[in-house]
Amino acid sequence: MIPDLGKYAFAVLASYGSGLGLLIALVVATVLRGRKVRHRLEAIEKRQGRTNG
Amino acid sequence: MLALLIRDLRISVRAGGGFGLGLGFFLIICILVPLGVGPEREVLAPAAPGILWVGALLACLLSLDRIFALDHEDGSLDLLATAPLPLEAVAFIKALVHWMTTGLPLVLISPLLGVLLHLPDAAMGWLMLSLLLGTPALSVIGAFGAALTVGLRRGGLLLSLLVLPLYMPTLIFGAEVIRRGALGMDVSTPLALLAGISLGSVALLPFAAAAALRINLR
Amino acid sequence: MSLWDYANPRKFMETSAKVLPLIWTLAGLCLTIGLIWGFFFTPDDYKQGSTVRIIYLHVPAAMMAINAWVMMLVASLIWLIRRHHVSALAARAAAPAGMVFTLIALATGAFWGQPMWGTWWEWDPRLTAFLILFLFYIGYIAFWQAIEDPDTAADLTGILCLVGSVFAVLSRYAVNFWNQGLHQGASLSLDKQENVSDVFWYPLLVCIAGFVLLFFALVLTRTRTEIRMRRIRALEARERLV
Repeated sequence: MIPDLGKYAFAVLASYGSGLGLLIALVVATVLRGRKVRHRLEAIEKRQGRTNG
Repeated sequence: MLALLIRDLRISVRAGGGFGLGLGFFLIICILVPLGVGPEREVLAPAAPGILWVGALLACLLSLDRIFALDHEDGSLDLLATAPLPLEAVAFIKALVHWMTTGLPLVLISPLLGVLLHLPDAAMGWLMLSLLLGTPALSVIGAFGAALTVGLRRGGLLLSLLVLPLYMPTLIFGAEVIRRGALGMDVSTPLALLAGISLGSVALLPFAAAAALRINLR
Repeated sequence: MSLWDYANPRKFMETSAKVLPLIWTLAGLCLTIGLIWGFFFTPDDYKQGSTVRIIYLHVPAAMMAINAWVMMLVASLIWLIRRHHVSALAARAAAPAGMVFTLIALATGAFWGQPMWGTWWEWDPRLTAFLILFLFYIGYIAFWQAIEDPDTAADLTGILCLVGSVFAVLSRYAVNFWNQGLHQGASLSLDKQENVSDVFWYPLLVCIAGFVLLFFALVLTRTRTEIRMRRIRALEARERLV
């Protein structure tokens, strides 16, 4: 299935690897931080006994 | 305005105000680089314009955080902000003082360091001229950076991270003037661009610096 | 329904919660299709061989690296002029995304340059300008993190972004002047036929759309996080008072 990349296989695979790796890291970091902050906010709001006001 | 200028000049010359510190730093860089890359004339002469400009840049950077920090600590910056003198003028004067105590001495001793680095004689005039035209931009850009970071406790390192990228165009054109001068080529284009950057910065950046100061004093 | 309605954080939260899943899905879809299409189903270029496939990451990342800065500039202006709070936070949210895109463009470019130009790095104007852009992103992000008061931080970074933009453009022309380039001209222009043939063009378009959508998704998500952070700060401050 993988196309014949010839003698440039390393360059192409390394580019896709590094590029996709960075993109995924960015997305994961964004989502994880978003989730952490949301939970923190929910905990505080519950403690103060009011919702989103 | 004149009173502020004289006061600041006096402070910076007197009492360990850091006057001469930049010069010493400039000198050390121009000694360190040959020690690092070797004494050969063929290596040093082509690199000399860049070394001199980078040295000037770093020497300027060294004294930037003093521009507003001392006045901010003892509260006189708040007084200046409420004084009839517009804050833009204060920022301009502060940059001017920084230039007179850092940039101008650098210009004056640069030929000596040029000799140390085997800069061709033909380029000496261009060296002084390019530093004379370029260092005001360094001071004004630096004053802007200092105004941004004046309220921060650990502003020094951040200041260099913010200011050095802004110095890049000045560095490129300034070093290019000397390089072309050394080769006997036409220098008018980089010289005009360098002067343009300096004039533009001097005209506009005091406003940005004053805006940043107002926010920091809020 | 205008931009100014979303200066109200709650309104922004409601709307963004509705559209975000859609944007994330579309972004994922476009990127998957575009990259798979580009990687598996495009022919080799007669000159560049299989390395032409790197274009599907390199060009969109480079485009968005610059566009992210422009977006930050516009958002900062909106904040400075109209005190649009969400706009300031959006500028902050865009910076890390822009920085990673710059990094991707630099990394994929290095991997491409190694076999094609015979070097990982060349002091070519475009490459140098991107490195400088990367430094601007680092400074901007570090500056945001260094200031404690949120409104002061928004104001000061806004001014930095404004002045930085001017100097970034200046640097771009300065490095152009400083060294003649090795980099080929823009891959995209209105007369695209001259640069890129259709076989490479369509998957590239899909990838660009994917990167744009991904950028929007990232910015919206990060802005939501920043708004929540502010709310946490406010609530915690109230707790300390009681």
